[in-house]
Amino acid sequence: MATEEPFHGPGPGEPAGALRLVDLTMRYGDVTAVDRLDLTVPAGSFFALLGPSGCGKTSTLRMVAGLAEPTGGRILLDDEDITRLRPYRRPVNTVFQNYALFPHLDVFENVAFGLRRRRQPDVAGQVRRMLSLVALDGYERQRPSQLSGGQQQRVALARALVNRPRVLLLDEPLGALDLALRRRMQLELKRLRAEVGGTFVHVTHDQEEAMTLADTVAVMNAGRIEQLGTPAELYEFPATAFVATFLGRSNLLAGRVYGRDGDDLLVQAYGRRFSVPSARARADSGEVLLGVRPEKVRLVDTPEQVPAGHQWLDGTVGEVGYLGVSTEYSVRTGAGVELSVFAAADGEAPRIPPGTPVVAHWHPRHAFLLHGGSTFRDAGTAAPPPVPPPPVPLSAGPE
Amino acid sequence: MRRGRALPYLLLLPGLLWLVLFFLAPAVQLAATSLYDPAGSLTTGYAMTWSFGNYPDAVAAYGAQLGRSFGYAGLATLAALLLGYPLAYVIALRAGRWQNLLLVCVVAPMFTSFLVRTLAWKTVLSDSGAVVGLLRDLHLLAPDGRLLATPVAVVTSLTYCYLPFMVLPLYASLQRLDPRLLDAAGDLFARPGQVFRRVTLPLSMPGVVAGTLLTFIPATGDYVSAELLGTPNEYMVGNVIDAAFLVRLDYPQGAALSVLLMAAILVLVVGWLRRSGPTELG
Repeated sequence: MATEEPFHGPGPGEPAGALRLVDLTMRYGDVTAVDRLDLTVPAGSFFALLGPSGCGKTSTLRMVAGLAEPTGGRILLDDEDITRLRPYRRPVNTVFQNYALFPHLDVFENVAFGLRRRRQPDVAGQVRRMLSLVALDGYERQRPSQLSGGQQQRVALARALVNRPRVLLLDEPLGALDLALRRRMQLELKRLRAEVGGTFVHVTHDQEEAMTLADTVAVMNAGRIEQLGTPAELYEFPATAFVATFLGRSNLLAGRVYGRDGDDLLVQAYGRRFSVPSARARADSGEVLLGVRPEKVRLVDTPEQVPAGHQWLDGTVGEVGYLGVSTEYSVRTGAGVELSVFAAADGEAPRIPPGTPVVAHWHPRHAFLLHGGSTFRDAGTAAPPPVPPPPVPLSAGPE
Repeated sequence: MRRGRALPYLLLLPGLLWLVLFFLAPAVQLAATSLYDPAGSLTTGYAMTWSFGNYPDAVAAYGAQLGRSFGYAGLATLAALLLGYPLAYVIALRAGRWQNLLLVCVVAPMFTSFLVRTLAWKTVLSDSGAVVGLLRDLHLLAPDGRLLATPVAVVTSLTYCYLPFMVLPLYASLQRLDPRLLDAAGDLFARPGQVFRRVTLPLSMPGVVAGTLLTFIPATGDYVSAELLGTPNEYMVGNVIDAAFLVRLDYPQGAALSVLLMAAILVLVVGWLRRSGPTELG
């Protein structure tokens, strides 16, 4: 797994804020929230820790902020060990989930709080500049309770950023906002980040948010990092079944490697034979999962129409879901596995009614191969795994 | 429709009636009594002579006790706040699963009678008791020094009796305190002392106000503590009022002192609420 990278300290010209977690562990009684985590966040990156609730991402963030004490391991900031440093001594600030604005202080005093505690000069000027950066000029004397959710969010950002933290920690910062506002704040966050710089570490369970904002995403599950990389790397070539199903959706076919043909691995699944380029394989023997993204699968009427070099499974259209930009077909294959297929709503192809016999095909270079067998773990509720099939008692007869 | 609109007033009626019958009417009667001719007596009857002179006379005779009442009550309120705040803080924010048990412990003394508890203090503070003995050994008290029959004993008893009324409102407001605000303050470079001063204390002010009022008001009118643990030198206005009505049978003077006490408390309470009232949280 690509979870380990060599550590690069900040060079002479590089911005400070390189964060490194070494063997970081957090246990509450019998529960291990964070399990021997090794992670390097390069200075100046926008880093997302993505995972389902309870995966340990918030615990990790709280340990970096100094709000929770690790059971073991070390936290290094620009090569300085800050593991045992009190939170008020760390050059790190947090944007809390639900903001945690001080209700008894107005917007100005909320933003000035950190500056005043450190006896910074020109508090008024710094606060005003920061408030204008988040477009809240004129709101200085309002109480947090008088502001909308989006405005409170911006106060929380200003309150943390005005201290010029070497690392800004964001704990599900957009989770409490509605969808339209969340989109706007995502753009705002990107703009702010471009203006103030520094390292941003963003914790979220929203894969779209992580992919939109971050340049590096670490997918976390059960206290461990499953995979780390750019959003494109994670999406195009997931390392585990969990990543494949948590970050977007995947069709995963359980099979077995039975041979090799040049640069391709040969896989047998559901009585059919498939091939996958070995460069796209995380496993090259034994039990495997053959994965292919739903939007990479195309539907045609007969096997004769399948383009040369593509691989296919035939079946019957089950449920049809209209998603606006695309249509989701659930195809019950003769082999006994359910395939999910996204067809772009480009206005060209007519909608296929349920019960229609179809052939699903894809190019081998779009497939990927994961470890199967007992190591199979998927994102559970985040996206339904392709097996077992849901009951579709439509007109589909046996093949 | 009509009945629906009248319902809230109907629901108010029993309480209103109760207040008129048992608060407003007696209060008016008390105020009237305070203006009766001081020359009258229970046997000869009282004449309503609008004798406003009863007030300066009462202050001249018992101003010391009136002042002592506020002094003792103020000291007891301060002591209860200093003892109660840390206690309420620990119960609300640190006690975890012991929270309910500790709350029961705070209220438990109230299961026994007020009188019994005050008498118990008499034993605790007695000249031959362990407390006095220890203080004498430590030279914090002169060899013949005592606690009983001193202002210390009276203020201690007042503090003890009204402590639960301080702790419970403080607990309620501290318990509502969002612990993430304390995290946020620490994250924004506030040391523990600053977190307390800038966040915890301002946000628990409603509890402080409620607790101080619930302690101060009954403590000013208390007379059992001074009666049982003090001497006439420690008597508070409650003792004087008690004696005026039940021993000296000087009703106009007793009434005048009662009205003065009520008015003084009202002024102090309104002043305190104005300064640090619950409007603080908007």
